[in-house]
Amino acid sequence: MSRAFKAVITRDLRLAARRRVEALLPLAFFGVAASLFPLGVGPEPQTLRIIAPGVLWVCALLSTMLSVTQLYAGDHADGSLEQMLLSGEAGLLIALAKALAHWLVTGLPLVLIAPLFGLMFDMSVAGIAMLTLTLLLGTPILSLLAGLGAALTLGLRSSAVLLILLVLPLCIPALIFGAGGVVAVESGLSARGHLSLLGALLIFTVLLAPPATAAALSIATE
Amino acid sequence: MTEKSLAVDPGALPTLAVAGLACRRGDRLLFEGLDFAVRPGQIVWVRGRNGQGKTSLLRLLAGLSAPAAGVVTWGGVPLRAAGAAFKQRLVYLAHANALKEDLTVLESLQFLARLHGRDTSVASLEAALRRLNLHSRRRAPVRTLSQGQRRRVALARLLIETGPSLWVLDEPYDALDAEGSAVLDAVLSSHAERGGSVVLTSHLPLAVARPAPTVLELGVA
Repeated sequence: MSRAFKAVITRDLRLAARRRVEALLPLAFFGVAASLFPLGVGPEPQTLRIIAPGVLWVCALLSTMLSVTQLYAGDHADGSLEQMLLSGEAGLLIALAKALAHWLVTGLPLVLIAPLFGLMFDMSVAGIAMLTLTLLLGTPILSLLAGLGAALTLGLRSSAVLLILLVLPLCIPALIFGAGGVVAVESGLSARGHLSLLGALLIFTVLLAPPATAAALSIATE
Repeated sequence: MTEKSLAVDPGALPTLAVAGLACRRGDRLLFEGLDFAVRPGQIVWVRGRNGQGKTSLLRLLAGLSAPAAGVVTWGGVPLRAAGAAFKQRLVYLAHANALKEDLTVLESLQFLARLHGRDTSVASLEAALRRLNLHSRRRAPVRTLSQGQRRRVALARLLIETGPSLWVLDEPYDALDAEGSAVLDAVLSSHAERGGSVVLTSHLPLAVARPAPTVLELGVA
């Protein structure tokens, strides 16, 4: 692993640890939003079981979007971003490191806490396992796309609105195949097709998002 | 040819040369037809009134932005082609200090050193901070520092440089007191002596005596 890659990840994790409340906000949002659904929809176990995959996936998607605007804005404002781009290592490694750090702080906790909410929605064990698996494959896609959106809207006015408009549509395939896989398992079907597509989507994003992000970053700092 | 000479002597610093450089910000042409070179051991002092494009010029020299016309070369190779070989020998200090409020002084410096592949041993970082009189604050979060102290942390980056490199410094004397300025003068002198080169802007007269700075005046055509 390259030194700049490691340096950026270590620093971002350390920064998140220094601001725990802010770092845990997406997780708290996920918890609150998912808990509100049974209250709003009604406690009927049958209904909850049916809506659970979609609700949990949408909540995960929205809570990932919460922290997106700050992904590069801070580094851009204080000059750290320029230093990263001048490190002599490829910009895509920096983009990859930022996305990985973002995933470790927001995505991974969601994956770990999702089974708990699966239980709350009375999902089957197989359904919960599939929910965790699809989130494990899907949340890195969200972090990578979030990084791309944040880089593209860097330094623009009303960038938050643009960012949501830009990133959310790109996230929809992950949402469809992620939630679809869980629904399939819940209704006793095989989720292999969904998983394959989600995996393909992850590979596609890992390959394409970092170079695009790097290009956007060097345009933004110009 | 240049690449060959680089291979023979990796220690010597290539020359940064500028030919016919023009910079445009929006509709305004900041400067054009700029030609100069920064040789090893040379300190170039870029002067000019506010808004004449000093910072823009430094960003062009660091390869952060692309010129409207002309070319910046590093040992005869355009910056874009020189890529990592150039960046590894560049220290760019912008107006912003590139420090994170929530990290401690030592952590901030360590991050910058690691990012640029410099010596990250605590001993060398602490020595740099000691010379800038920040040693007692090394475990303090950056947010508790004054502007002058923040500038010193950013400048500590220069003190961990060992080999000859190209320093591009935007107003390095900003917010520094007399003592800090004296340390920076000494650091610049010794850097030039060991074959490093410096391009800097400063609105105050430069006190560096050896080597005498080459003045580049912007906006007097």
